[in-house]
Amino acid sequence: MSLLEVKGVIKRFGAVQVLNGVDFAVEAGTVVGLVGDNGAGKSTLMKTITGLYATDDGEIRFDDESMAGLTPGQRRERGIEMIYQDLALAKQRNVASNIFLGREPVKRAFGFLPNFVDTAKMDADALKMIERLGARLPSIHRPVGLFSGGQQQTVAIARALTFNPKLVIMDEPTAALAVREVESVLKLIRQLKDEGIAVILISHRLNDVMEVTDRIVVLRQGRMEADLQTKSTQMREVVSYIVGAH
Amino acid sequence: MVVNTAATTDAWRRLQFFFDSKLHVRLESIIVLAALGLAMTLLSPFFLSVSNFLNILLATTTIGVLAIAATLILSSNGLDLSLGSVLGFAGVVGAYFCVELEWPWFMAIVGALGAGALAGYINGVLITRLRIPAFIVTLGMLGIARGVGLIIAPNGGAIYGLPAPVVFLGQGRPLGIPMPVIILAIVAIIAHYVLSYSRFGHHTLAMGDNEAAARATGIPVESLRRKLYTISGLLAGMAGLIFMARVNAGDPTAGYTYELTAITAAIIGGTSLFGGKGSILGAMVGALIMGVLQNGLNLLAVQSYYQQIAIGAVLILAVCIDQMQSEKERKA
Repeated sequence: MSLLEVKGVIKRFGAVQVLNGVDFAVEAGTVVGLVGDNGAGKSTLMKTITGLYATDDGEIRFDDESMAGLTPGQRRERGIEMIYQDLALAKQRNVASNIFLGREPVKRAFGFLPNFVDTAKMDADALKMIERLGARLPSIHRPVGLFSGGQQQTVAIARALTFNPKLVIMDEPTAALAVREVESVLKLIRQLKDEGIAVILISHRLNDVMEVTDRIVVLRQGRMEADLQTKSTQMREVVSYIVGAH
Repeated sequence: MVVNTAATTDAWRRLQFFFDSKLHVRLESIIVLAALGLAMTLLSPFFLSVSNFLNILLATTTIGVLAIAATLILSSNGLDLSLGSVLGFAGVVGAYFCVELEWPWFMAIVGALGAGALAGYINGVLITRLRIPAFIVTLGMLGIARGVGLIIAPNGGAIYGLPAPVVFLGQGRPLGIPMPVIILAIVAIIAHYVLSYSRFGHHTLAMGDNEAAARATGIPVESLRRKLYTISGLLAGMAGLIFMARVNAGDPTAGYTYELTAITAAIIGGTSLFGGKGSILGAMVGALIMGVLQNGLNLLAVQSYYQQIAIGAVLILAVCIDQMQSEKERKA
């Protein structure tokens, strides 16, 4: 049984059918590259997995449990995290607030006021997480909008990893990064795999995908076109599947 | 000399940080309020007295309660233009219940708060379920609430003669402090805690900052928004109750254009018109800045036309300072 099983998923936006019955599975502790041309349905597929979009048909199972009807928050609780292409950060809020967004630890203030956000704990845990990632930020008290692209990426990654996920989906995590920062993201992906965490990597940079994945899944016009073992394939083959020339 | 300046700047920064991150209010707005108070004290011999101070507070209460509502809504990147109309509508409903229908006095409270919350809930449902922009929905409610209030009130006039316990809410002075001031203080403290320290407030500000991010992390943005508009309406109802009790009448024309004054107070207090940043304490300081300005200019016998110019100028100045501040932060 796979950690994530996607069966026959269909998604329409009005008259446009973006996903035409996608089948797709991810085993625990593996890194799967998801590639395809613009508009192939990669981001849409991921958003049906995280629960941002409801599917029109088909089934998504995670850890042998149907995800139908579960909200994004409930799916996060079960261990599905996603790092979005636009990072999905609240730019005016500080590092800790972003890492704990939607899951702020609470305590009782003065012994009776409920739901008091425990900012001291948040700051301490955020600092620990940033250090674990080996990253450096100027200050965790500043709004993240003042940080560089790579630093914001660190915050987004820290948010995905703080709550012990089983599956981390990364949508173009290296698109806006400098060379050295790309290297550290790839290193992180390997590290997650070693810890038994599954990763889905969406990327246009096939070099990165070839370097770090176990399998490569090609999406084309809303269908799974190919499911390749990275070891026994070549970039040329992947490209030919992407453009439909195979 | 250079070292001294650096030390002062550093101390100033740390003070700013403390006010901003621990008390959740901008140091600058408090300084402006203090400076304004000092200026008025120097200019008018009548300004500095306990009774005048209570006058200012009392005059600020209605706008103060509405400014709390405006701050909550603006922080979430929403807008509520119906605050003033809902105030008038809620007062009429409260007065109608206990005067025209002769229900027990507490039904005036239930009626006013309930009418306000209902109007706010309708706003919230239309905005989140039918996805109509908040500007349009609350602009519509501005007209509807005013119209319904005028229809309920006999011949569109005010409903007079409220029961004594209700009037006490507006005119009573336990320990010499006007009841509306006590009510405002309690509501402001609760709202400040909710917005700046509670999970609800964190989610509100996050949603106002980046709604897609809030949704992706599992914050139930639609129901949160409905709750916020309902609370906004409830607070407008509370302002209506206070207003009605103070003048001892349910007046359907009460609160005309108050929503704009409330939004002004919120913005002077450091709340962003575009969401993600808001402070209830700041809104109270903003409301007081306008109250002190108005009171001081009255004492100095300045015509009310000039007062409007002064308040308009303060609003633009406040946003101007805010812009320069964030520009500096970006460069730092």
